[in-house]
Amino acid sequence: MMLTAVFAGFVLAALAPWLTARLGGRVGWLFALLPAAIFVWLAGYIPAIAAGESFYYHYPWIPGLDINLTFLLDGLSLLFGLLISGIGTFIMIYAGKYLDGHQYQGRFFLFLLAFMASMLGLVLSSNLIALFVFWELTSITSYMLIGFNHEDEKSRKSAQQGLYVTVGGGLALMTGLVTLAMVGGSYELVELLGSSEVVQEHALYLPILLLILLGTFTKSAQVPFHFWLPNAMAAPTPVSAYLHSATMVKAGVYLMARLHPTLGGTDTWMIVLGLFGAATMFTGSLMAIRSSGLKSVLAYSTVMALGTLTMLLGVGTPTAIAAAVTFLLAHSLYKGALFMTAGNITHETGHKDFRDVGGLRREMPVSTLFGGLAALSLAGILPFFGFIGKELMFEAVLEANTIGTLITLLALASGIMTVAAAAIVGLRPWFGVRKPTKHTPHDPPLAQLLGPGVLASLGLLLGLLPFIAERSVLSAAALAIAGEPVELKLSLWHGFNLPLLMSAISLLVGLTIYWKWDTVRELLQARRFIDTLGAERGYDAIMRALVVVSEWQTRVLQNGHLRYYILTTVMTLFALLAYTILTRYPVWPGVDFSGIELQHLVIAVLIVLAALVAVSTHSRLGAVATLGAVGFGVALMYVMFSAPDVGITQVLVETLTVILLVLVLFRLPGFLDLTEHSTRLRDAIVAVLMGGVFTLLLLMAIDVQFFPSISEYFIEHSYPSAHGRNIVNVILVDFRTLDTLGEIFVLALAAVGVYAMIKLRAEDRKEGDRP
Amino acid sequence: MESLMAIVVGILYATALYMMLRRSIIKLVIGLILLSNAANLLIFTAGGMTPAAPPLVPEGMLQPEGLVADPLTQALILTAIVISFGVLAFAVVLIHRAYEVVKQDDMDMMKDTDR
Repeated sequence: MMLTAVFAGFVLAALAPWLTARLGGRVGWLFALLPAAIFVWLAGYIPAIAAGESFYYHYPWIPGLDINLTFLLDGLSLLFGLLISGIGTFIMIYAGKYLDGHQYQGRFFLFLLAFMASMLGLVLSSNLIALFVFWELTSITSYMLIGFNHEDEKSRKSAQQGLYVTVGGGLALMTGLVTLAMVGGSYELVELLGSSEVVQEHALYLPILLLILLGTFTKSAQVPFHFWLPNAMAAPTPVSAYLHSATMVKAGVYLMARLHPTLGGTDTWMIVLGLFGAATMFTGSLMAIRSSGLKSVLAYSTVMALGTLTMLLGVGTPTAIAAAVTFLLAHSLYKGALFMTAGNITHETGHKDFRDVGGLRREMPVSTLFGGLAALSLAGILPFFGFIGKELMFEAVLEANTIGTLITLLALASGIMTVAAAAIVGLRPWFGVRKPTKHTPHDPPLAQLLGPGVLASLGLLLGLLPFIAERSVLSAAALAIAGEPVELKLSLWHGFNLPLLMSAISLLVGLTIYWKWDTVRELLQARRFIDTLGAERGYDAIMRALVVVSEWQTRVLQNGHLRYYILTTVMTLFALLAYTILTRYPVWPGVDFSGIELQHLVIAVLIVLAALVAVSTHSRLGAVATLGAVGFGVALMYVMFSAPDVGITQVLVETLTVILLVLVLFRLPGFLDLTEHSTRLRDAIVAVLMGGVFTLLLLMAIDVQFFPSISEYFIEHSYPSAHGRNIVNVILVDFRTLDTLGEIFVLALAAVGVYAMIKLRAEDRKEGDRP
Repeated sequence: MESLMAIVVGILYATALYMMLRRSIIKLVIGLILLSNAANLLIFTAGGMTPAAPPLVPEGMLQPEGLVADPLTQALILTAIVISFGVLAFAVVLIHRAYEVVKQDDMDMMKDTDR
């Protein structure tokens, strides 16, 4: 059942283009059935998991490498699974209508369904390798979806940026996970969760932590890697709502929460997560009120939420964990609703900027209601679920002992700006003066209102009846993160206390900022230096450098001159050989000239002289003749040193070679001196160096025998096994027959090639003859 | 004897490489011929040079008597000689054909498609 649930999405994805072509936009309702079914199935586990149970599924994949498809269903994966399938249901329906009639709607559903399945796999996997594979699959599907409008350059660039940042972090993550598995002794999360002492006291704890955090920070858009997320808004709105707000970007948060029992609780963990989270939270909320695009305000407020979650996981107290799960749920609900509503506004009016829209409440009353409800939850107003999350968050930062003051201040500041952002989102398009729009707006059809309606209403319902969320999944999720039971009592009213005061301050100041938003925004936008913060400049510089380096490298290595390719290869070989010879075998090899007979010496000198003449002569005939002399000299050597067969073959081949060269060479021009003197000197030096290395190598090889020769076997078995007295022939036609067959094949191929080239020429002439 | 051959092999390699570094395509082919001779001799020498003891099993015996030359290197070289001849024949005809088409022996003038 578990396997089916995870992989059904991939199967349906494969069918998506075909189904979409048949059914058009209505297909969204059909595709929504899958996440809905998964949601219902997962919901069936709620009673058991709320009671503290967890479920473990094991399917062997590559058992030899300890890689299995194992799945773990506990409070944390249940919470994420429900969010992915629940919000996924509405996104499918929404996308069916939103992209109705789009040329590539089928392709869109393919990627979206594949993403959903990957994301489910990611949060349900218990094996680290499987988890990582799903992790990367979400990056790739996200890349496809951001670049969905691939004809737009900005889309392509943003997709690439998202991919490089997340996959780059993924590399670090993989290293971290593998090291973690080595230290912890298992690839299974269920086993690692209990081994926190072993891991945290190990010398590799810090590298493991930092590598994994690099992966999660890039995925969850933490400062300084946050820049890719707002750019990812180039994707169609359903993607922004689903991937880049409710689910995928929370994968990093998920993994940090998941590994909290193993890696969390140390000072490093608290400080790194606390500081980076708080910085991200502050940056996100500041950038949210500095932007004015419908989607960019929402995107930056998502960055804020991701920062808040990271910070809360860093603080790690029971209250902080309670706050994290509550905030996570609240954010997914209102942000999904808000993105879909923003998409509706753009769809209906044709505008993408808050400055261009206003007073739409009369034409779009239902959208106004849902958008407003969701915005109230974002602002954290009583009695919405967002309020509970915000109260808990303030409570948690107030009790944080390390770096507590700093993050409390940052939390208050971003609380203020979040209220302002919520007001921008919830009031600006609907109230005030009616601004002229490109199209005449009205409320969109049911498919586009269902998602925002349900999600926004849930934000209100859970606010009024918080025990529903608490008893079903949040307690169990908090238990999974903390590794021990967490007292989780969600209620709207905590009495008059400091968090309430902070809420009140943020509400008042936030609304004031909204009142003066145009001035504030322009003031902020005038501070250009803010644009230069963050790592986007670094990213751009790396990308430019990559192009420059590859251009340079291509120019140098792929220069189009065969001789430089040879030169590079030879010099590399020379360096490697010389280095090995000098470092490994410092003893000079013995040189032994004894036992040389006169005829041997004469032939050796003949070969050398002939080769030197072949190199230096300007006469083509001279070159051919001396090459022949080299060849026959070598043949004589073979004959004199007990290789009659080789000698005979060499004589035959040498004769053929000379004939061939004479036939062809004289149809070609005479030798020219094409290169300068200095170049020739350089080549001569390289050639002599390389020749010297080969001499040295050979002298050493003669003395060294690493392994017993297999020749003995051939000598012994030649006659008894193969009934041949000529051992060389037996090797060729019996022991190594397949090699000889290959050789025949090569010769046949060469013959066909030669024939074809001569034949082709004849045909060319015939064509040339015709007028 | 092996020491002498090592020097011969080194010189053959040097001449082969020098020719392969020329711009003229014919000289490249000459370099290739020298290179295959050098490589074959290298293998031959590395296997040890045994005079007057070819790897043959005499009539009426199951194994050769006493030390014989290494048959394995000889088998390898036999294969190598034949294959390098095939390659050479192909290369020579190809060069001839290329010259007919582009009327050029200088490889710097033949590299336009290699960008």
